[in-house]
Amino acid sequence: MPSPVSEDDLNAANASDATGAPSAGPRAVLQLVDVTKTYALEGVDVHALAGVTLDVHDGEMLSIMGPSGSGKSTLMHIIGLLDHPTTGVVRVEGEDVSGMTPNQLAAVRNKRIGFVFQAFNLLARTGALANVELPLVYAGVSGSERVRRAREALERVELGDRLHHTPSQLSGGQQQRVAIARALVTDPSIVLADEPTGNLDSRSGIEVMELLQQLNAAGITVVIVTHDANVARHAQRIVELRDGEIVRDEQVADRLDAAAEMVQLGMNTVSRPANVVDGAGVAGGAAS
Amino acid sequence: MNFIESFRVAVRALLANKVRSTLTMLGVIIGVSAVILLVAIGAGVQGQVTSTIQGLGSNVLFVFPGVINSGGGGGGGGFGGGTGAKPFSLVDQQTLQRQLGGVDAVVPLETAQVTAKYLAHSVLSQANGSTDQGQSVVSATIGGGRFFNASEDDAGARVCLIGYTVKTQLFSNGQDPTNEPVTINGQRFTVIGWYQKVGGSLGGDQDNVIRMPITTLQNLTGNPNVSIILVKVTDSSQIDFVRSQIKRILSPSYGDQITVFSQDQTLGIFNQLLGTLTIMLAGIAGISLLVGGIGIMNIMLVSVSERTREIGIRKAVGARTYDILSQFVIEAVLLSVSGGIIGIMLGALGALSLSSVVPTQITWWAVLVAFFFSAGVGVFFGVYPAWRASRLDPIEALRYE
Repeated sequence: MPSPVSEDDLNAANASDATGAPSAGPRAVLQLVDVTKTYALEGVDVHALAGVTLDVHDGEMLSIMGPSGSGKSTLMHIIGLLDHPTTGVVRVEGEDVSGMTPNQLAAVRNKRIGFVFQAFNLLARTGALANVELPLVYAGVSGSERVRRAREALERVELGDRLHHTPSQLSGGQQQRVAIARALVTDPSIVLADEPTGNLDSRSGIEVMELLQQLNAAGITVVIVTHDANVARHAQRIVELRDGEIVRDEQVADRLDAAAEMVQLGMNTVSRPANVVDGAGVAGGAAS
Repeated sequence: MNFIESFRVAVRALLANKVRSTLTMLGVIIGVSAVILLVAIGAGVQGQVTSTIQGLGSNVLFVFPGVINSGGGGGGGGFGGGTGAKPFSLVDQQTLQRQLGGVDAVVPLETAQVTAKYLAHSVLSQANGSTDQGQSVVSATIGGGRFFNASEDDAGARVCLIGYTVKTQLFSNGQDPTNEPVTINGQRFTVIGWYQKVGGSLGGDQDNVIRMPITTLQNLTGNPNVSIILVKVTDSSQIDFVRSQIKRILSPSYGDQITVFSQDQTLGIFNQLLGTLTIMLAGIAGISLLVGGIGIMNIMLVSVSERTREIGIRKAVGARTYDILSQFVIEAVLLSVSGGIIGIMLGALGALSLSSVVPTQITWWAVLVAFFFSAGVGVFFGVYPAWRASRLDPIEALRYE
């Protein structure tokens, strides 16, 4: 069914920022200009972000690294429009989001951004299919179409046989794959993953990284927040934060290929048909 | 997202959390059914007493032992020393009978709750014991058979007349109960007559009555007292004169410790007393309602940390404030209203099934108050925390512990 309010919210957002388009170079799907975030903790101001300027390019796979307390999670939440910056400008696909109402932000999150959290954040006691359908419900997609797309997304993460399992009936790796299916079911331009492997054993972690690399190979911009240098090296570019500032921003010279790692570990990678994800077959090639 | 979709989301969330949903509904169910049941008992007892007094007919003076403050004077009211007073006996009735002039009848009256059985049928009824003149103070007309006579009264014969309700409860349609054996509180009685329908007044059932000789009833209950002596005055203009005569005749034995009331005064005093009973029962019911309400509140507030995360997840994937609110409003209304309806049904069912033990009468204001209070509490405490959570930034809701 149509969702007039969401569309209106998006159109309003477009109209509010007709001139703020970013400049040349590879198109920036996400743009942060001098973003700060200050928390007042027991009367003392804590600067979680002290002026971060960052472009995330379309189709890029980016890791944001840093020790705990470096502000990387805060940065992720601001990029994902889950939190407001204290000062500075955030643009999503060229649109300044600072003037948007909470409902307009909800519409942008719904249509353009997919989230993968460390703690999975699936609805408890709710089946995998219903969890994946959730963003489509709020996008106003009709019932049968919703089920079709959610099933497709779950098949894409190889959980086509677990449609009605609730989170407690799934392993951590499987739960994270449900979360990934939920993130990609709306065809977002960006997927944000906050410590996606943090709660997983190494094998499940590699599987999740392999899925994220596949998504990226299919053209979706992927941003990963992690404190783990190995996880970060699956991306093309690493941005390192320390005390709320970017101290390093460089391309990865020796990028890791999760599919190859799985082969090395003797894990089964061929179960996924090549036609499920567009370009999945060249995921390995894109790595170098 | 439109209403139907919100509805589906709410139902899905309720079904996903069956334990929480059931517990919330349980609070509403207990509150509503307790109020309905207790108020029904209070109103039922009041109705039965009222109809009994009205059934005695007009032009009748009621003589009670002890001093009873009439409520008509404003304030106070209730029985003043009535419980501690020296009770009447059949001797007092005989004294009045001998010495009073200008009266049709002097009838002693004693009542008791009894269970009457005939074959497999059973009914809870009120037994009225009187002398053979008792029929003169009864407004119901005998439909078949006869009233008991003086020798049956003297002998304490196990004979009785049954009201219309008792007849229909015990005997099949069209059957003549006369000369049939019934068991009353385990004793075998013979039905010697039955009454035509009087019809209820003020909701009470004047037809649910069994009349028998007072000596028989005294034997049955083992209580030799007489609660009230009824004096039927021949000429209503003589009522005040007869009243003073009664006081004069009984003063050697009782001093001023007697009360003589007209029917209206008697009704007033009983209604006042039983109204207090109903209010007391309603108070108890109100407490159960409050406890039920606190139960609803607790379960709603306790589930809030889980639900705050749920709200965070929903907002992160694109739910707007309106989507969240409508889901929680629909959830709370569904739970509270269905709990309220189940509570009404259980309360009514309980009142009906209890009516063989205690007279009950379902009161609509109690149903409405109980329903709207429980539903209101459920909706408020279901929606208020959700409303607060829906205004948080998604990340704060997600972080909530």
